[in-house]
Amino acid sequence: MQRIFSRPQALTGVPFHYCPGCPHGIVHRLVAECLDEQGVRERAVGIAPVGCAVFAYNYFNCDMIQAAHGRAPAVATGVKRSRPDAVVFTYQGDGDLAAIGTAEIIHAATRGERITVVFINNAIYGMTGGQMAPTTLVGQETTTTPRGRDASYHGHPVRIPEMLALLDGAAYVARVSVHAPGHVNRARRALRRAFEVQLSNQGFSLVEVVSSCPTNWGMTPVEALRWVEQHMLPYYRLGEFKVPGHGEA
Amino acid sequence: MKGNEAIAEAAIRAGCRFYAGYPITPQNELCEYMARRMPEAGGTFIQSESEIAAINMVYGAGSAGARAMTSSSSPGISLKQEGISYLAGAEVPGVIVNMVRGGPGLGSIQPAQSDYFQATRGGGHGDYRTIVLGPGGIQEAVELTMLAFDLADRYRNPVVVLGDGMMGQMMEPVRFPEGPPPSLSPKPWATTGTPGRDRPNIINSLYIEAEACERHNQHLLQKYREMELREVRYELVDPEAEYFLVAYGTSSRICRAAMARAVADGLRVGMVRPITLWPFPRAAIERVVGRARAFLTVEMSAGQMVEDVRLAVEGRRPVYFFGRTGGAVPTPQEVMDCLKMIREGRGGEW
Ligand SMILES: Cc1ncc(C[n+]2csc(CCOP(=O)(O)OP(=O)(O)O)c2C)c(N)n1
Ligand code: SF4
Repeated sequence: MQRIFSRPQALTGVPFHYCPGCPHGIVHRLVAECLDEQGVRERAVGIAPVGCAVFAYNYFNCDMIQAAHGRAPAVATGVKRSRPDAVVFTYQGDGDLAAIGTAEIIHAATRGERITVVFINNAIYGMTGGQMAPTTLVGQETTTTPRGRDASYHGHPVRIPEMLALLDGAAYVARVSVHAPGHVNRARRALRRAFEVQLSNQGFSLVEVVSSCPTNWGMTPVEALRWVEQHMLPYYRLGEFKVPGHGEA
Repeated sequence: MKGNEAIAEAAIRAGCRFYAGYPITPQNELCEYMARRMPEAGGTFIQSESEIAAINMVYGAGSAGARAMTSSSSPGISLKQEGISYLAGAEVPGVIVNMVRGGPGLGSIQPAQSDYFQATRGGGHGDYRTIVLGPGGIQEAVELTMLAFDLADRYRNPVVVLGDGMMGQMMEPVRFPEGPPPSLSPKPWATTGTPGRDRPNIINSLYIEAEACERHNQHLLQKYREMELREVRYELVDPEAEYFLVAYGTSSRICRAAMARAVADGLRVGMVRPITLWPFPRAAIERVVGRARAFLTVEMSAGQMVEDVRLAVEGRRPVYFFGRTGGAVPTPQEVMDCLKMIREGRGGEW
């Protein structure tokens, strides 16, 4: 019998703890496939965030470090500078990366750290129960924006790749989505490219994955994916914002 | 050599190959020295975007097996507490130098010892301890910095070198130990990539269930007990004296000057000088408490270490305190005046 589908080597067999329909699992798999494809699993050191993906260290079959909330890029910097041969990636949510860890991500990017950042934007704080994130859309209801996010009161949602693309140290910056199979394939390509940029020593790379949180959005998984398409994607434009050699796209 | 630079050089000679820091007076020379020397030594210097980033870089570098260090002064150390707690929780070695200045808040840039509580009680969240080394001079700062890296590796724990602005700025002749840098023992737990290993290494301080977290805390506690048994260091000057000063770092130097004057006044004064501030050298107090008439703790703070002295003395003798705060440095004369008042039975808290 020919085997056509199996678990990537770069994932352990530990069952994910994520909610049904949560895209964290898909993205874990894509990252693991990239590590496998490029034959770098043994060189990989992953940094887990604080957030729903805090247990990522149990799922990736490579060396892993759990970092303080938002500090993954600084931890990754310490690893990469001490072990330049390591393939270092962080996996961070929007609360982690775009709120408490804004300074760390901007400065890792501007230093051109040779790390790959996987940034999950689900427009909400998942793990702590659905509070407003920096990426929460205007009008979106969360437990701390019970009447919907009001830009004049709560401020505006932040677009991270667009910001980071302005920085000289950032080599590859893209935004993808995993709400439909075609997009999953595009997401895989972007992640592969991000790791290639690291492997060829070209600088900092980040892929934002527009994601969903059915649990805290109070939707079924299918409704949540529809909401991604209808509400998230118009604000969070997909595409490559910066690719090596082309400057800002 | 200037204290800050001597510590930096000592770190490099101890095999430190990763340094991340953020400028703050009075420890800037340490950062600047690292910027010059670290690349020559084949290591990394990073001027980080904040103290928080610096300590987290140390967490990463330490996790990857490097000897790593950061330095700062009081307000910056407050920011590092998050990371120090994580280092302790995840059992990652790292060295943190604090050249203490006057506080609270932005305070002054003059030397102080007002971060004693923060350094010896954990400082960050959770039940943890760091070994805290308080050098009494530049030569000792060199030796203790080198020791700090060994202790950090041995216990897989952060180690703090607690100096102050004076220690950082003053110059004294120093000798560095001869010979090549130490060959470091392997760190099979480090996250270096998995070749040759069938299971990944995980550096983590999350134990989501209470029982698991308690087991982890018990394990840490056992380590701290071992440190208390094995790592206590102190100097005892004139164990036969009648009165004992208790002081560390810069205030111990002032006390030494006061002791010299005391002889002229017919007072026999000795000194207990803690070198490890945690674990606190209770044994030194124990050795003299039987014959001492009284203890006078001298600090550049409103009275922090004096609590440890009182705990060690356990009410068997009177313990007095003299301190200056905010960056003001006690003078030998002030210490002498206190001693005289104590002898005349007029001692209190100053
Ligand atoms: C210093 C600190 N502040 C706050 C928290 C609590 N906290 C845990 S997860 C989280 C939000 C995570 O949200 P996000 O990064 O968007 O990830 P998600 O859970 O949505 O995957 C917060 C605020 C913490 N652990 N540490
Ligand atoms: S709370 Fe949201 S982000 Fe977290 S696992 Fe559940 S669905 Fe996913």
